[in-house]
Amino acid sequence: MKAILAATALGALLSLAHAAPPPRDGDWTMPAHDYASTRYSALGAIDANNVARLKVEFTFSTGIDRGQEAAPLVVGDTMYVVGPFPNPVFALDLTRPGAPLRWKYQPHPQPAAQGVACCDVVNRGGAYANGTFVFNTLDGTTIALDAATGKERWKTRMADINKGETITMAPLVVKDKVLVGNSGGEFGIRGWLAALDLADGHVVWKAYDTGPDVEVLIGPSFKPFYAGDRGKDLGVSTWPPQAWKIGGGTVWGWISYDPALNLVYYGTGNPGPWNADQRPGDNKWTSGIFARDADTGQARWFYQFSPHDLYDYDAVNENLLLDLPIGGTTRKVIVRPERNGFVYVMDRATGQVLSADPYGNNNSILRIDLRSGRPVYNAAYQPKPGRTTRGICPGSAGAKDWNPSAYSPQTGLVYIPHINLCMDVEPSEVNYIAGTPYVGTDQRMYAGPGGNRGVLTAWDPVKRKAAWEVKEDLPLWSGALATAGGLVFYGTMDGWFKAVDARTGALKWQFQTGSGIIGQPVSYRGPDGRQYIAVLSGVGGWAGAIVVGNLDPRDATGASGFVNATRDLKEKTGPGGTLYVFALPK
Amino acid sequence: MCSRFRNSLAAALACALAVLPACERERREYTGAPTSKAPPPRESTLQPGAPIASPADPVGAHYEDIAFHINEGGRLFRAFNCSGCHANGGGGIGPALMDADWRYGGRIEDIHATILEGRPNGMPSFRGKLTDAQAWQLAAYVRALSGNVRNDAEPSRREGMAATPPLDRLPKQPPRDGDPSAGTVPAQ
Repeated sequence: MKAILAATALGALLSLAHAAPPPRDGDWTMPAHDYASTRYSALGAIDANNVARLKVEFTFSTGIDRGQEAAPLVVGDTMYVVGPFPNPVFALDLTRPGAPLRWKYQPHPQPAAQGVACCDVVNRGGAYANGTFVFNTLDGTTIALDAATGKERWKTRMADINKGETITMAPLVVKDKVLVGNSGGEFGIRGWLAALDLADGHVVWKAYDTGPDVEVLIGPSFKPFYAGDRGKDLGVSTWPPQAWKIGGGTVWGWISYDPALNLVYYGTGNPGPWNADQRPGDNKWTSGIFARDADTGQARWFYQFSPHDLYDYDAVNENLLLDLPIGGTTRKVIVRPERNGFVYVMDRATGQVLSADPYGNNNSILRIDLRSGRPVYNAAYQPKPGRTTRGICPGSAGAKDWNPSAYSPQTGLVYIPHINLCMDVEPSEVNYIAGTPYVGTDQRMYAGPGGNRGVLTAWDPVKRKAAWEVKEDLPLWSGALATAGGLVFYGTMDGWFKAVDARTGALKWQFQTGSGIIGQPVSYRGPDGRQYIAVLSGVGGWAGAIVVGNLDPRDATGASGFVNATRDLKEKTGPGGTLYVFALPK
Repeated sequence: MCSRFRNSLAAALACALAVLPACERERREYTGAPTSKAPPPRESTLQPGAPIASPADPVGAHYEDIAFHINEGGRLFRAFNCSGCHANGGGGIGPALMDADWRYGGRIEDIHATILEGRPNGMPSFRGKLTDAQAWQLAAYVRALSGNVRNDAEPSRREGMAATPPLDRLPKQPPRDGDPSAGTVPAQ
């Protein structure tokens, strides 16, 4: 009888779904949830009072035990999961118990791509738009699939592994274009962002981050706020001769989009090589942020967080597009927890820095000069070849690496999952050999002041200070999720998936997932109307390289010095690759 | 280096002891170092039927016995950006080279072949970019990273930042073929 009732109810639901599609506020169609990159779910059924009862609803193995950095996406009754290399895509049927596989797509990327992937063979997820699921493979191919069937619609080869290029980022679909950028800043490549036609995959525009203006798509509409960013062909003249051709500035992080201004915002990676003595100059347009016209790709403004970067401070972090009360008026801003250790609040129409405040332990940059926009580097911590410079904070992985923050409009706080690592560095001269690392430093990282390697900071971007902090022993390498239930979710590298109170940081619930979490938690409404929380568990990434690469902890410089900071990780977690989905019991 | 200890008689004696073996210094083979003629080594210990012994390439033994070649290998290890992936032996993008686990064999002839031919999961093929003698020197240095060369040929000091324990203090770690972590690389 029960079964019949359930079947009838399901049938009613299905027919309802066909008659009038339910509102899609319960979907999660892009890793950052929305174009403003808030990672905020308006679902509030799971809250601080009942989260203690959260239980596993189903799990799914990706079959790959490398770092799982992707965000699972949910569109209607289907969940989409992209695995790390070899980048399989799974579509799970959320209407059936246990969410069985609806289809699976295997792109078969070139195995040799693993040899030019700097920091584990991760993938940060796909994007859904207009019945199409788009994602990138490690060997540099952008692929569009029919979201209903998994059939390939088109694939476009975008990167060349023989030059050291890979792709790990999640694409962003803006109108009829797919935005894709490359990885490989440690291999002497040239960074770019490209727009592909969502319908057929052809490249509509491609903007490089070094080189002459015509290739950077800098034209008459380029109006940077600061004088230092104005001038002809700065992408050439701020480098030694020809060095811009191998100068990095990759686009492996996050893109946001403001539909009102029709601008896309994204950061550019570190200049190459890390040994800064080999590239005197500001090294434009690396370690900065571009605002570009979403249709033409033409640059509107640029701001450089770390000119002539000395520390591998990539500037690829997330850009939260918020409207905040600042100085008595509501300003359209970007809030940007930057790798160099400062939270920037910028006017997103002009690129003006409104404020920049340190959110972690910092000695490499003394302050940001708001008049020139330039950071004031601390001369005592400038690495020089031939000697070891000690105690630089933050280390190469920054005060925060790739893992994205979340914003809750309920609290007005930005939840920043980040790290607390410092380092010793010795640069040395390095040869450029295509397809091999172009780095030129020995370095070792270690816990910064306080001894905790990870931190979750709830940052008030208006008051310009932290509201609260949760210290974590291990580096915090997962993304954050904020929900209308007044909760913030994140995971730790020893496998705990946690929910804390969004106002106080108090721990409300935790669950041990079996492997370290470095993924991006999401929340969605299932076809049954219930709220779910999903996260991939599976340690890896730069911070987890010691585990997935079976690296030797006796070498302090392993994995560009991260091994020294995570020598104990093999004892605390093992490799994995499992999706966990949680819900309150019915 | 010795001058620092001049005040102490014992230190002076230590200096003398350190200098003495230099009387029988090994000859530096800038040119005329041997090159390989043997076929590529077998990678598997499993052979159908009766195993046929695979003779070791005598050239490899020559290189890993000579401190000059090992040191030259160390220089090449940085110059060819091997250190960019394998760090100072602990690994990073590529596997660790200072432990006992070897995906593609840990004998010097295996390592020489890996350098020249490349391996499918990311190790580039350096054939045509290195001379055969340089590939042997590199392989000899890689052997030294896991303590598998003669102690008196092992480099005892590092230039630059302290990264690993001194190589001549590392325990000898005979190669153990079949790195379990290689099994985590998904089949295509």
